[in-house]
Amino acid sequence: MSGQASRRDILGGLLVAFALAPTAALAQTGGGEGSGGPPTVAPDLPGTLAKFPDLDAWIRIGADGRVTVFTGKVELGTGVKTAMAQLAADELDVAIGRVDLITADTALTPNEGVTAGSQTLEQSGTAIANAAACVRLLLAETAAARWGVAATTLFTRDGVVLDGQGRRASYAELAASTSLAVRARADVPRKPVAARRLIGRPVPRVDLPAKLTGLPSYVQDMRLPDMVHARVLRGPSSGTRLTPDLAALRRQPGVARVVEVGRFAAIVGPREWPLEQALRVANQGAWTRDAGVPALPPMPAGLLEMRRESSVIDTRRDASAAPGVRRLSARYDRPYLMHGAIGPSCAVALMAEGQLTVWTHSQGVEPLRTAIAELVAMPADRVRCVHREGAGCYGHNGADDVAGDAALIACAMPGVPVRLQWSREQEHGWEPLGPAMLAQIDATLDASGRIVDWRHQVWSNTHSTRPVAAGDLLAGVEVVPPFAPTPPKPIPQPNGGGDRNAIPLYRFANQSIVSHFLPDMPVRVSALRGLGAHLNIFALESAMDELAAAAGRDPVAFRLAHLDDPRAADVIRRAAARFGWSRYRPRPNRGRGIAFARYKNHGAYCAVALDVERIPDEGRLVVHRAVVAVDSGEAVNPDGIRNQVEGGVLQSLSWTAYESAGHDGARRTDYDWSGYPILRFADVPHSVVVEVIDRPGTPFLGTGECAQGPTAAALANALAAATGVRIRSMPLAGGLAAHS
Amino acid sequence: MIDLTVNGATARVDVDPATPLLYVLRDDLRLHAAKFGCGLGQCGACTVLVDDRPVFACLLPVGAVGARTVTTVEGLGSAAAPGDVQRAFLHEQAAQCGYCIPGMIARAEGLLRKTVTPTETELRSAMAPSLCRCGTHMRILRAVRRAAVMRGGGVVEPAEPVT
Repeated sequence: MSGQASRRDILGGLLVAFALAPTAALAQTGGGEGSGGPPTVAPDLPGTLAKFPDLDAWIRIGADGRVTVFTGKVELGTGVKTAMAQLAADELDVAIGRVDLITADTALTPNEGVTAGSQTLEQSGTAIANAAACVRLLLAETAAARWGVAATTLFTRDGVVLDGQGRRASYAELAASTSLAVRARADVPRKPVAARRLIGRPVPRVDLPAKLTGLPSYVQDMRLPDMVHARVLRGPSSGTRLTPDLAALRRQPGVARVVEVGRFAAIVGPREWPLEQALRVANQGAWTRDAGVPALPPMPAGLLEMRRESSVIDTRRDASAAPGVRRLSARYDRPYLMHGAIGPSCAVALMAEGQLTVWTHSQGVEPLRTAIAELVAMPADRVRCVHREGAGCYGHNGADDVAGDAALIACAMPGVPVRLQWSREQEHGWEPLGPAMLAQIDATLDASGRIVDWRHQVWSNTHSTRPVAAGDLLAGVEVVPPFAPTPPKPIPQPNGGGDRNAIPLYRFANQSIVSHFLPDMPVRVSALRGLGAHLNIFALESAMDELAAAAGRDPVAFRLAHLDDPRAADVIRRAAARFGWSRYRPRPNRGRGIAFARYKNHGAYCAVALDVERIPDEGRLVVHRAVVAVDSGEAVNPDGIRNQVEGGVLQSLSWTAYESAGHDGARRTDYDWSGYPILRFADVPHSVVVEVIDRPGTPFLGTGECAQGPTAAALANALAAATGVRIRSMPLAGGLAAHS
Repeated sequence: MIDLTVNGATARVDVDPATPLLYVLRDDLRLHAAKFGCGLGQCGACTVLVDDRPVFACLLPVGAVGARTVTTVEGLGSAAAPGDVQRAFLHEQAAQCGYCIPGMIARAEGLLRKTVTPTETELRSAMAPSLCRCGTHMRILRAVRRAAVMRGGGVVEPAEPVT
């Protein structure tokens, strides 16, 4: 790159507005799925800079020239650490290998609430990119002042400011006389798209070499000096309580101590295996169903009978629309679903010198700290929660609970690090499930085959019981006296909870969208990847196919005819073209299906096309091909996007086709992978292709959850095409077997 | 005292012989690649090689290992010098959370020690005991196919053409 071009492209144009400034409305919504962090103090700044406007909250430069980037978000296995390192390195103009990333740590990082809702790049990534651009400018201004020239005449290259005449100064030396304890400026431009070297490239994940060679990478791998192991004693599943024989446990070999705090009980010892054996002894104790847990009605129809708070979340009326001539009225439902992390939840805690430190794979270290501080009756500033990765969580699983458990045990044995890992049976039994849901769609076609009236109703529990107080942790209701759980409440639009993606992106003359929020929870539930979007998109996009068939229209053309968002039309067209939609030849028991959504109606656009076969004698289904087109706005790392979307497709196929978490009214019925089978290699598609539509210079659009809904509906639509049978209840493989 | 040969080195551990090998690897030998997932032999996160065969380390009592050699993912290469299967997984970026991946790598290594020219069906059934919840299966399969080629073989493609 020539110095001339660099000068002009990189430091010129200081008055260009932020390319990535999000709309004010979206910036205000926070996490939407738990705490969103502190209030906005600088509404002119983009992403989470609006809450933490000082540059040194995000970026510091050491005397060795290494760049430390701070984010309040966490790596959940989605590759965001790599994407954030790309953003910082590219905007600062340093090699990515010189960037160290510090993720959520209540002592070090900005409070960015919960890492959820596919908002990490929208919020934290936007902040880091713009902070890095500001820091680079400040360093250049320091050099400019030193050399008596205008900053706009300078350029940067890999951690050095140059004037093109032979003068150069490293970031390390400039940083020594540049204060980053200053507010970010709102008028600093991002690097021009053409000058970017890392953003938009498939940079390899920075964390994989360690993970693929066995270096300690997870909280499960932590081994502190003199650390002890612990196992917690609980009934078989949420809503039950165990009466263990603690005296007998104290006599068990390898049990050094029994920690009892009210009804909370745990065993502690130096080695894991004897504790596992003692846990089996403990689990032979009697258990009872907790009083006060609402009775579980038959699912899914029972959802219609539960106490509800109904609200119309969107309505449109156009009296001039043509009269309806054909009507669809259909119900769609899904059962309770498990997150099913491969590694059971784990935490390490240490109480030392009046300070409690908890290492946790929670998605929200800040709200967890608040909850734990209340649980152990300590001021929040004496409690530190540090994120360490765990197995993929896909939402609110046992991560927070096990951290509360470990904290309580550590407080009973000061000076001793305590590592607690739940058993497989405890994870299956106690993790909050993704809520069972039901949706009813009533729609009308006019004589020309256009939808003129659309009514979508959805019945659901809350999709977030993420902890904000001690009573939201399992241990919090086991101590005596117990803390009260936070009453459940709906997540408001535009994110939505049970009603996420219930509002269609299609243009219908008349529509009414009703959310029936069910406050009583017979089964413990919380956020599962996509929240209500999985069922709502399943319903909406299944109904679109049914209506297309009723209108005698091709499903792709029918969707395009009802869309006026060109980016939405683009992903549908690209998925259809790559799939070979127009030249597809149906065969007996084999069919194609397509579905589309824009996640939350303001995240990534995603269209999924599937080629599916029913194996008649076995009642089994085979997904031959999955073809996806996704538009995530500016693609920071296209391979990261592909990886997330491929995973989303496979996970949603597993949920939608095969999964259902059982409950017999007293307790859950599935405690391991034999009782709750998930997709295995034998059942994955023959091929999955993900096409990323990159839109450089446009805002990042959250992607991690975008495939869950479209995949579910595409599967139902393909099965209907293959078999002529429309299955509206998940798991679809069960319905397929019933019709075989 | 129990003597073990792990990753080419001998180790002596003082544990109950009934202790599953997994706890000895992780807690005594500080080899963290193999993970606890279920303790039931259902998920494969704990998979290691005993001699050349993949086994569930969460089920195998350490006292039953005997003179057989144990190989964990640490024994196949390091972050600085990854082995061929690890390089293949890195090339395909075949991980999301990565928790199941050491078990996948051990299982792939076991397959490739048996044959470097498996059919696609053999590949999928060899990997079938291991679960991945992130849905990384397609990349894992690509990585094993790549590793087979790196060893001078290759996976025979399925009859069904893939796009």
